[in-house]
Amino acid sequence: MNWADLNLVPVMPEIFLISALSVILLLDLFISDAKRGITYGLSLLTLAGTAALQVYTFEPYAQYTLSNMFVADPLASLVKLAMYGATAMILVYSRQYAADRDMFKGEFFTLALFALFGMNVMVSASHFLSLYMGLELLSLSLYALIALQRDSVPATEAAMKYFVLGALASGLLLYGMSMVYGATGTLEIAAIAKSIHGGSANQLLLVFGLVFLVAGLAFKLGAVPFHMWIPDVYQGSPTAITLMIGAAPKLAAFVFIFRILVQGLDGLTGDWQSMLAIMAVLSMAIGNITAIAQTNLKRMLAYSTISHMGFLLLGLLAGNEQGYSSALFYAVTYVLTTLASFGVIMALSRAGFECDKLEDLKGLNSRNSWYAALMLLTMFSLAGIPPLVGFYAKFAVIKAIVDIGLVKLAVFAVAMSLIGAFYYLRVVKHMYFDEVQDTSPIVVRGDMQLVLSLNALALLVLGVLPERLIEICVEAMKQSLTVL
Amino acid sequence: MSFPTVVFYVLSAILIFAGLRVITAKNPVHAALYLVLAFFTSAGHWLLLESEFLAISLVLVYVGAVMVLFLFVVMMLDINFEKLREGFWKNAPLAGTVGLIMVGEMVLILMSPEASLGSYKGAAPLAADASNIRELGRLIYTTYLWPFELAAVVLLVGMVAAIALTMRKRKDTKFVNPGDQVVVRRDDRVRLVKMAAVKRSEPVAEAESADQQA
Amino acid sequence: MMEFLQGILGNEAGLTVWTLLKIVAIVAPMMGAVAYLTLAERKVIGYMQVRIGPNRVGYFGLLQPLADGIKLLLKEIILPTQSSKGLFLLAPVLSIGPALAAWAVVPFTDKLVLANTNASLLYIMAITSMGVYGVIIAGWAANSKYSFLGALRSAAQIVSYEIAMGFALVGVLMVSGSLNLVDIVNQQGHGVAGGSALSWNWLPLFPLFIVYLISGVAETNRAPFDVAEGESEIVAGFHVEYSGMAFAVFFLAEYANMILVAAMTSLMFLGGWLSPFPASWGVLGASGFIWMALKISLVLFCFLWFRATFPRYRYDQIMRLGWKVFIPVTLVWVFVVGVWMMSPLTLWN
Repeated sequence: MNWADLNLVPVMPEIFLISALSVILLLDLFISDAKRGITYGLSLLTLAGTAALQVYTFEPYAQYTLSNMFVADPLASLVKLAMYGATAMILVYSRQYAADRDMFKGEFFTLALFALFGMNVMVSASHFLSLYMGLELLSLSLYALIALQRDSVPATEAAMKYFVLGALASGLLLYGMSMVYGATGTLEIAAIAKSIHGGSANQLLLVFGLVFLVAGLAFKLGAVPFHMWIPDVYQGSPTAITLMIGAAPKLAAFVFIFRILVQGLDGLTGDWQSMLAIMAVLSMAIGNITAIAQTNLKRMLAYSTISHMGFLLLGLLAGNEQGYSSALFYAVTYVLTTLASFGVIMALSRAGFECDKLEDLKGLNSRNSWYAALMLLTMFSLAGIPPLVGFYAKFAVIKAIVDIGLVKLAVFAVAMSLIGAFYYLRVVKHMYFDEVQDTSPIVVRGDMQLVLSLNALALLVLGVLPERLIEICVEAMKQSLTVL
Repeated sequence: MSFPTVVFYVLSAILIFAGLRVITAKNPVHAALYLVLAFFTSAGHWLLLESEFLAISLVLVYVGAVMVLFLFVVMMLDINFEKLREGFWKNAPLAGTVGLIMVGEMVLILMSPEASLGSYKGAAPLAADASNIRELGRLIYTTYLWPFELAAVVLLVGMVAAIALTMRKRKDTKFVNPGDQVVVRRDDRVRLVKMAAVKRSEPVAEAESADQQA
Repeated sequence: MMEFLQGILGNEAGLTVWTLLKIVAIVAPMMGAVAYLTLAERKVIGYMQVRIGPNRVGYFGLLQPLADGIKLLLKEIILPTQSSKGLFLLAPVLSIGPALAAWAVVPFTDKLVLANTNASLLYIMAITSMGVYGVIIAGWAANSKYSFLGALRSAAQIVSYEIAMGFALVGVLMVSGSLNLVDIVNQQGHGVAGGSALSWNWLPLFPLFIVYLISGVAETNRAPFDVAEGESEIVAGFHVEYSGMAFAVFFLAEYANMILVAAMTSLMFLGGWLSPFPASWGVLGASGFIWMALKISLVLFCFLWFRATFPRYRYDQIMRLGWKVFIPVTLVWVFVVGVWMMSPLTLWN
């Protein structure tokens, strides 16, 4: 490689993001606490600029650059745009929340953007090295973000748990990657796939590495039996940070898994399919059943996340284009729903009060019927009740596995989502049919009110008209699969 | 057995011993020092593999900087290690069993003829004047430019995170700035108060009015 | 000579014995130099303070180092009861070991070097960075508050100054394009100024030279950066509990390190064994070990001079100087050198 044939155009969004980020990092030093809004505005501007560049540099095929370590394909572009949107929404939602909790500092924004940069790298990686570096960037930023509220004991505990388990997962991943490298002699994902198909790779070592890779990926995704960190971290972190962990990173993790398992280890589909199937079953069962016993709203949503990851894995293990695109659709809509649910929790919280118990929602309808309606929409969507988007997402993945003949698995998934409906509807019951306990007024900034409402309504709109988004997902997947 | 093989086994024995002592040493400072020994011996392994740059960087970075700071912290913390270990022996049998099973499984897989580790040939020996520093440098700035830059960003995040988590003003510390102490002038500390001579009868009122005048 | 040994002892054993002999040939004069450096220090500082210095043992005090050595050898090594015995005795070894091991790659002329490796500069940095363990372990193992304070101060100081020192060396690496010390010196021999003192690295890399020199003083815990010993605050710092030969070993290590830093400074910035005069000046212009020795002596004299002149830095000032002055200065100059090398005005081709 020399400088002349270094094509930096597909990397423009990342370059812009990291440059703007560095500028914000420096500028923030000269901004007093009272004017922190400037940093906030600049971060949103950065996101807008990055998104604009993303659209501008879009090409409907896969572009490889930086010695084949970076790939810009439609899948990456789609997921990245979704992540920019999610990050922007998180920033809007958490403005007041962070200000009330002494977290409205420059680092809050810069670390969030660093995490986004890490996710971008992961999503666009076509080499194990860049995949791993992106993952570490993301994790490191998240560890710090969780611990940002240093005097809060639950937050520090959550950070510690996340850190230790995250480090363990990274170790597993690295070990698996080294085994795959040993077997195939390369770290480049396309070359790995080629080597496996060509039959030159040592099968035993490959499968040995695959076990570690899947375990590491499951850790990051939070699938059973590697889910132990999720409830504690979701509950212990400040809600704004919970949202940062729970929203965009799930998309990144999905692409991460897709790149390793589907694009790289395509030749071992039979091996990883059964592993994913076991994890999917366990995740759906344990996630949904344990969630019933929770009294803490954030913890309940954490277990709900675990069960949703089970559904996501269902789509992946289908092992065909339909399955992958339904999983992608599931991931995108799941992120949208999570944003809305935690957004409402943040809207209902105020200085010195976390709205994180189930009983805190009691009688919400009589306090503020609009927020009760928004929460209702998100709960219905999470439960998968038509005509909300969650229904179509579940429907698509279940259809994908029925089509490959795994009917038993599909029936199990449906049964589990019925069990899940119980605890989502319990929230609705609290809001609409219980006596109000807390009558303090709900004060929300105008911009947040607007974005949150749009977010929740999008669940309904996408539920009624899902075709366009499904089409985009299918198209993106098709392009990424033809690369192979 | 050739000389490098002997060195390899000696180094490995020391490495395993040091690793075991890291987790079994009673005193955290001793554990940290055994970790230093472990790093140093691994550097020896790198040297055997003819990658002197990695060996030396391992010593320079981990032994020379990271572990020094680590020791610094461990020495300052007054950790009651006995208390931390209370649950150790209770869980040790289970943990040991699981660990042994995993090691056994891995050995079975890696030693099986199918893994055919024997068919992997070692790297060809380098020419006597080959400089792997030059080679590494060339690769880092060309082929591996992207991961290299990413590593820089990771370090930047680490820096931002460390500063964000630790740099804050605590109100309860009694820190004094020696610089301020040195530049202090008489006028900052001493106030001369002019007082009228007072009779003994009304000392309180007199003193107060004198204070106000000053 | 080597062939002779190999003839009697066989190939490998002969090589080993020959290498061992070479090591002795470096270490023995080193120890002598260390001994007489202590005398020089006392004499130089004595004259600077209008005293005479040691003059009782031997003519002009020349046998004083021997007398000191014998005295320390005959003294008892006291082990504090509450100390961590093994580490307490290990610390002096860890202190002197790196100070001597570093000499393995130091060239005295372009031919005279024990191991002429490609990574010799990195090796020296790695080995010297381990010297701090002796200090830390000594401070901790003695189980005394004074020595512990000294150890902590020293650890923080050495780690801080190592960064500035490393960056200063980066500048040297950039201009010489090599990590090999022989190449680094040879590169200084040709240049616009025709190989004289003006073509050495100290001139174009002047800020780095100054930073390296001062960091070298700080790295060796010498005055005015000797807070790790700080007699007036913490008695003798990390080695307060040591006596007899154990103490003497720390002492040896400190002076061996001084000589090492002086040698490194002369190799990297002062042209090593090159003559300060242009090569056309006949005998004066010829390079040789004598020039190297003179340069080392000059730098060592500066070390002594500093000690006699400057009052001790306050601890926070040391940290400020290291982190907020030296590191930015070196970073900026490394950048400047980079631009300079890429520009048409470059001195290094």
